[in-house]
Amino acid sequence: MDLFEYQARDMFEKHGVPVLAGAIATTPEQARAAAEQIGPKSGGVTVVKAQVKTGGRGKAGGVKVTKSPDEAQAAAETILGMDIKGHTVGTVMIAQGARIAEEYYFSILLDRANRTYLAMCSKEGGMEIEELAVERPEALARIAVDPNTGIDAAKAQEIVDAAGFDDADKAAIADTIQKLWTVYRDEDATLVEVNPLVKTEDGDIVALDGKVTLDENAGFRHADHEALEDKAHADPLEAAAKEKDLNYVKLDGSVGIIGNGAGLVMSTLDVVAYAGEEFGGQKPANFLDIGGGASAEVMANGLHIILSDPQVKSVFVNVFGGITSCDAVANGIVGALDALGDEEDRPLVVRLDGNNVEEGRRILQERNHPLVTIEPTMDGAARRAAELAARPAAN
Amino acid sequence: MAIFLNADSKVIVQGMTGSEGMKHTQRMLKSGTDIVGGVNPRKAGTTVDFEGGVSVPVYGTVKEAIEATGANVSVIFVPAQFTKAAAVEAIDAEIPLAVVITEGVAVKDTAEFYNYAKETGTTRIVGPNCPGLITPGVSNAGIIPADISGTGRIGLVSKSGTLTYQMMYELRDFGFSSAVGIGGDPIIGTTHIDCLEAFQNDPDTDAIVMIGEIGGDAEERAAAYIKEHVTKPVVGYVAGFTAPEGKTMGHAGAIVSGSSGTAQAKKEALEAAGVKVGKTPSETADLMREIMKDLAK
Repeated sequence: MDLFEYQARDMFEKHGVPVLAGAIATTPEQARAAAEQIGPKSGGVTVVKAQVKTGGRGKAGGVKVTKSPDEAQAAAETILGMDIKGHTVGTVMIAQGARIAEEYYFSILLDRANRTYLAMCSKEGGMEIEELAVERPEALARIAVDPNTGIDAAKAQEIVDAAGFDDADKAAIADTIQKLWTVYRDEDATLVEVNPLVKTEDGDIVALDGKVTLDENAGFRHADHEALEDKAHADPLEAAAKEKDLNYVKLDGSVGIIGNGAGLVMSTLDVVAYAGEEFGGQKPANFLDIGGGASAEVMANGLHIILSDPQVKSVFVNVFGGITSCDAVANGIVGALDALGDEEDRPLVVRLDGNNVEEGRRILQERNHPLVTIEPTMDGAARRAAELAARPAAN
Repeated sequence: MAIFLNADSKVIVQGMTGSEGMKHTQRMLKSGTDIVGGVNPRKAGTTVDFEGGVSVPVYGTVKEAIEATGANVSVIFVPAQFTKAAAVEAIDAEIPLAVVITEGVAVKDTAEFYNYAKETGTTRIVGPNCPGLITPGVSNAGIIPADISGTGRIGLVSKSGTLTYQMMYELRDFGFSSAVGIGGDPIIGTTHIDCLEAFQNDPDTDAIVMIGEIGGDAEERAAAYIKEHVTKPVVGYVAGFTAPEGKTMGHAGAIVSGSSGTAQAKKEALEAAGVKVGKTPSETADLMREIMKDLAK
């Protein structure tokens, strides 16, 4: 789960990372009130910043320096509702102004290849780190961090030495880096990035902008993390699926997909997209993994979610029963269709193999539902589902 | 001979007395696995009876289980929040192979126990969030259904469980030396490269199927390894061409970030290393079938 900048800021503050004052607003009036409160800390100057989970907001006009509550209100008026790379701005942060002397970069992330963490640090912050890594790789220090020892004083020293900071600044930056490590470790983050980390004209080190990604699998030890979820912007179908503990991702296509196992479902999407090329470019409408050992109820819940998507014209159920039993899948299909009754007119193509496949197929054949077609192979079923999705509506 | 798992494998199950542990221990026993014990400190000294008249003793710790039985493989089924402790216990007991089936383990926990295992150098970790591995007809450590395919001379390594099953099913006419599900988490113990190396050195394996998916660059690194070190034919499959950027597709590690981790990049890297890559699982199986027929000539 990616956090908004203001959530990252609050998390930094909780762990003692130096940050500037900031408050959020969802209306221009709130922005004005926040500027009245925060402005005096920095000679009346505040920065109004769009809160969106994407980069490039500065270039898009989502960040404005303002010199009075009036200006802050006007800036919020412009920024709220703005579209930045497909993200609509619903919240702005009004932050204390900073007199920046220098901008740096720091991050800690997972190093999947080495199966450790990686700290990246540069004296040249502010720009997109991807650009810096390509254009001036020598300016970006990359230091491996052992997950079991983390960033202790010695490791922090190694990082600031490698990044080549001035000796006078090293102690303060190393201290901030150690605090950012505690954010990473104690909050179960998979990314903590500060860009820019700045030195002010007064010589203070401050985390001016932060990006944090949290590991949702660690939710069991962080009861407070659930409140950080952006429920307002979640896709309604994805939210409904999450309620039912289903792993669902909405896509922009016409063939609804249900399968078991992440790999098989991803593969099913691809196979449907290939097959769909022949039928006017039919594409998968979603990713839905019912998981291992799914019951008839889970299968039925999944089918209900898929069929609540009006873009769906046909459905492909692709199950290879390992732990999942094909008779449970078949019972789930029959149960869901019976519950939907005559209202439902979209066809289902079903391919079952593996655990208890004979019984699964028998249940479907016996029910002989007019909307259900059984296909023996994954490729054949994908083709049939794409073909059905391309058919003009009956009326 | 096969890889990692053979006739000499004596298997214990951590979390055997839980519902998942019970169900899968039964299945492992049925497929001929030599299950010598379970571990649960609260049920130490008891035995659990399984169908077929098999009675499996429960030990208090992995160390005790090893001392009593000579176990050399542990399959871990404990819930995600206790997985790290279970893995660390297995590593401390110096078990040579620990197979972590549990899904949803916090990545910090995996990073910590994997690096601990690496430091001690005593334990190979497979997983987490994986179906385990099978040497058909000989031993089965995990949840791969043993009746999909029999023994043969193809080696299989995959991030995905169900694609492992699908591929074993498609190629059941040839059979497998071993199949290893390495898991789809961002950090895993045993990698594609580890398995490629083992299959290359395994006299019972003639050709290798490698299944990857979006996220990270494990497939690209595997491609580089194949080019350098693998002389046996390799056929590849990559899932996730239609996955959108920035969305996690079921597996915690299956995510395209910006322009990195795409299926296209992985396919191209594999093809550049001389690996034939199928568009669909069945096309991939057909490519392997051709290779096996040629090898038989």
